[in-house]
Amino acid sequence: MINFSFDGKAYTAQTGDTLAAALLRNGIGLVGRSFKYHRPRGIMTAGVEEPNALVTVGEGGRAEPNTRATDVFVYEGLVARSQNRWPNLNFDLGALFSLASPMLPAGFYYKTFFGSAKRWMLYEYFIRKAAGLGNAPTQADPDRFSHRAAFCDVLVVGAGPAGLQAALDAAEAGKRVIMVEQDNILGASLIRDPQELDAAWIETTAARIRAAGGRILTRTTASGYWENDLVTLTQRLSEPGQTPTHGVAQRLWHVRAGQVILASGSIERPMAFAHNDRPGVMLSQALRSYVRRFGVIPGKRLVIATNNDDAYKTAQALKDAGAQIVAILDARPAPAGANSGHRVYNDAVPLSTKGARHCLKSLSALVDGKTMEWDADLLAVSGGFTPVVHLHMQAGGTLDWNEDAQAFVPASSRQNVTTIGGAAEPQPIFKMVPVSKPKKSFIDFQNDVTLADVDLAWAEGYRSVEHLKRYTTLGMATDQGKLSNMAALGRLAEKQGVAIPEAGLTTFRPPYTPVTMGLIAGAGAKDAGAHVRRLALYDLHAAKNPIWQPLGYWFRPRSYPNGGETLAQAALREAKAVRNNVGMTDVSTLAKFEVSGPDAAAFLEIICATTVSKLAVGRGRYTFMLREDGIVFDDGTVWRLDENRYLLTSSTGGADRMATHISYVRQYLCPHLRVSAVNVQEHYAGLAVAGPQAKAVLAALIGEDPPRHMSTVPAVISGVPVIILAASYSGERAFEIYITASDAATVWAACETQVNALNGALYGLEAMEFLRIEKGHLVVGGEVDGRMTPHDLALDKMLNKAGGYIGASGLSRPALSEPGRRQLVGLEAIAGDIPEGSMLIPSEGASPQGHVSAAAFRIIEGGSVALGQLVDGFSRHGEILIASSPTRGQKARVRVAAAHFYDSAGERYRD
Amino acid sequence: MMRIPCPHCGPRAQSEFIYERTVDSVVPLDAPSQEAMTKLFTRTNPRGVDDEIWRHTYGCRAWMILTRHRVTNEISGCRAIGPEALP
Repeated sequence: MINFSFDGKAYTAQTGDTLAAALLRNGIGLVGRSFKYHRPRGIMTAGVEEPNALVTVGEGGRAEPNTRATDVFVYEGLVARSQNRWPNLNFDLGALFSLASPMLPAGFYYKTFFGSAKRWMLYEYFIRKAAGLGNAPTQADPDRFSHRAAFCDVLVVGAGPAGLQAALDAAEAGKRVIMVEQDNILGASLIRDPQELDAAWIETTAARIRAAGGRILTRTTASGYWENDLVTLTQRLSEPGQTPTHGVAQRLWHVRAGQVILASGSIERPMAFAHNDRPGVMLSQALRSYVRRFGVIPGKRLVIATNNDDAYKTAQALKDAGAQIVAILDARPAPAGANSGHRVYNDAVPLSTKGARHCLKSLSALVDGKTMEWDADLLAVSGGFTPVVHLHMQAGGTLDWNEDAQAFVPASSRQNVTTIGGAAEPQPIFKMVPVSKPKKSFIDFQNDVTLADVDLAWAEGYRSVEHLKRYTTLGMATDQGKLSNMAALGRLAEKQGVAIPEAGLTTFRPPYTPVTMGLIAGAGAKDAGAHVRRLALYDLHAAKNPIWQPLGYWFRPRSYPNGGETLAQAALREAKAVRNNVGMTDVSTLAKFEVSGPDAAAFLEIICATTVSKLAVGRGRYTFMLREDGIVFDDGTVWRLDENRYLLTSSTGGADRMATHISYVRQYLCPHLRVSAVNVQEHYAGLAVAGPQAKAVLAALIGEDPPRHMSTVPAVISGVPVIILAASYSGERAFEIYITASDAATVWAACETQVNALNGALYGLEAMEFLRIEKGHLVVGGEVDGRMTPHDLALDKMLNKAGGYIGASGLSRPALSEPGRRQLVGLEAIAGDIPEGSMLIPSEGASPQGHVSAAAFRIIEGGSVALGQLVDGFSRHGEILIASSPTRGQKARVRVAAAHFYDSAGERYRD
Repeated sequence: MMRIPCPHCGPRAQSEFIYERTVDSVVPLDAPSQEAMTKLFTRTNPRGVDDEIWRHTYGCRAWMILTRHRVTNEISGCRAIGPEALP
């Protein structure tokens, strides 16, 4: 006995029950409300094709909406709730939509779009409220989802008689076999029809497969078939909503198979007749499963409607179980199963049903041209069998039409896949045509599509099956038309007056059954979506409790507040220390490349748009790189360390992109050059010392005069060899010191001692922003935004006149030097603080002529300044504009100026 | 997910590779402006076999040229490029 609840009421189930079986066992016929009309719905199938019995299982973050009650096994404490009803399942106000159904025909949404916008606004509210399935959980899923890769010689999908035999043969022939079964036990059709091969045979076969090294995965669905025989499997380690034993709720397998055998069986088809969606109407094989597998008889008086022999097995099963078989309606004209002992009507096709909200009471049928009626509380229908060809089709296969079975069967494939068993050879059926009124004759139960909707779409000119599908939403529900597609195709072919294969088919797309998003994300969910790269000196910084800032994959100190300082206060103190005294900061994350070899300079002059070969040994210069279309995409510095050895730095955020770019140029465009370009970004840690006292700090550290501006020397600090680059980003005298990362802590400590001795400070990214904006230096991602040419950024005088660099020919396009382009300018506030990201307008209400890319203030004197991009900005210095940010409700009056507000002659760092 | 025959590592899952561009969209270093722009912005986009540049980013990191049918994903060739592959 297992306890579970449905809509707040406690029930008990038997071991092995699906939720659907348990509900039927407890006499619950009404399980859900339909998507569009809120019609009462029950349980129709016993498998993953279930369109009606969708429930939410579990609570909190584990809640799984739209779970098929037929595809969840009851566990102790299972909590299930019905969906799409208000205030409750029995009394659902949304069912009023059913009354309004004449107003909600196929293409209803599209038709409202063509009406006035006001009408749509009105409808939208009600449609959003009324249509739908379960609600997505709002809490985070507490469980883990794992991924696993596997390889095998033979992958068998489906553990019915054909699949088991195939797996056994392959395994005993010495092949590596994986067999998957979506059910939690093996056998498939043998579970409901154990006559020929029984449970003992299944058990023996499974044991032999395992003994031969085969792997059998139950509760595992082959959900997608991809290129080169890759099949994805979704394995449930716990049931929906259940707390997993080992924390892992589901596992996604990527199986690369040598050969795939599909023994996926077939899905029974319903029949189209009026009110065929009433609780109490079931598929014949499903009913047989409930009786034989679960011992549940969900009715007392049974009528069977069929067009094939298989349904007679259901009659037998029900008779054995003690139910009363009222009638068998056989669509075939000739007597079949005449000696079955049941009352059989030939040439009999169902017309309609009657009943109450949660049960069936009677049905009518057309028998040999006359209407007849029977009292019944259970109707089993069998409209034929649709082979499960989804994986075969996902693999790029083709289909053949099997006239006897009125079904598509797998034909050829361009991958190594074969289909066997019921999926390859479905049972023969009699071709029947619905005779009921098309209204309320449902074919897509989940999306509430009737024969009338198909007829309407046809009447409105939708001829192709692809258009029909989208117009009526047929086959677009979570069951992806497993039950409905063939019925719709039959109706369409009938209208077109062609055979079904000529009417065409829609595309089979993965996944076969719905997959939770968490499973796809796997361990990449939450914070693990992007990896974190830690500074070599992370522990040193962390001990000072800084404010951290993400920068690409990195986290860098944004500032180091003292006591109760705010970010702004701390950053200003740090920036003032640099301007007045000295500061130091960690610059380890800058992209760094060591380029060496006889052709190193030639290679760099392809990557960089500036000259490189004229650099003397020990000197460096600012440089920038262009995309092939002539737009600046990164900048940095290049240093000649030795005759044939250079160090190139570029931005942190663009580091990976630059590494790929350099590799592409070296490997693809310039394989003939004698050069090596090595990414040394993380090999070297780096720190920068900046300020009027920086020279004194360096002199104390290296025991000699430090190099002059834009020069480099090797040196030794505290016994550690370092590279010193004299370069300034802050606008002050500054030095960058690069150290092998593992030795960086020693040098950092020595440097910090000197900086502290001179009353200096550590500074973070925020202070660095203040300093560089005031100085007018660029940042990649700010001023260098993927739209600016060297000319727009006033860098054109530095271009290599000889050309030959990447982007040279793109840059020569006339449009890139026409007037009207946005150009880099400085902006000084006349009144107010300049909002970052604001637009630049000449007057209120005018169109924007530019924007503010970075805003800060004069560090010593105060006053808001910014960098921006303004149409023809170079010739507009002195003009007054408004920097306006309507989204923040902030604005300032600004004067256009040159893009540097501090020491424009560079006297503070030149010798 | 395709299986790509890396010339250095053998057959590997596509998830280890990153696509760069088609061979015909490579801009030669000495291309005149007009040709460079045609390479960059005009694609032949054939419904059939095409040569593509891929990189085994999460493997040996080498670049290669893959000959792939763009409808069926059938890979008919994969050759190494770079200094070591020069004749």
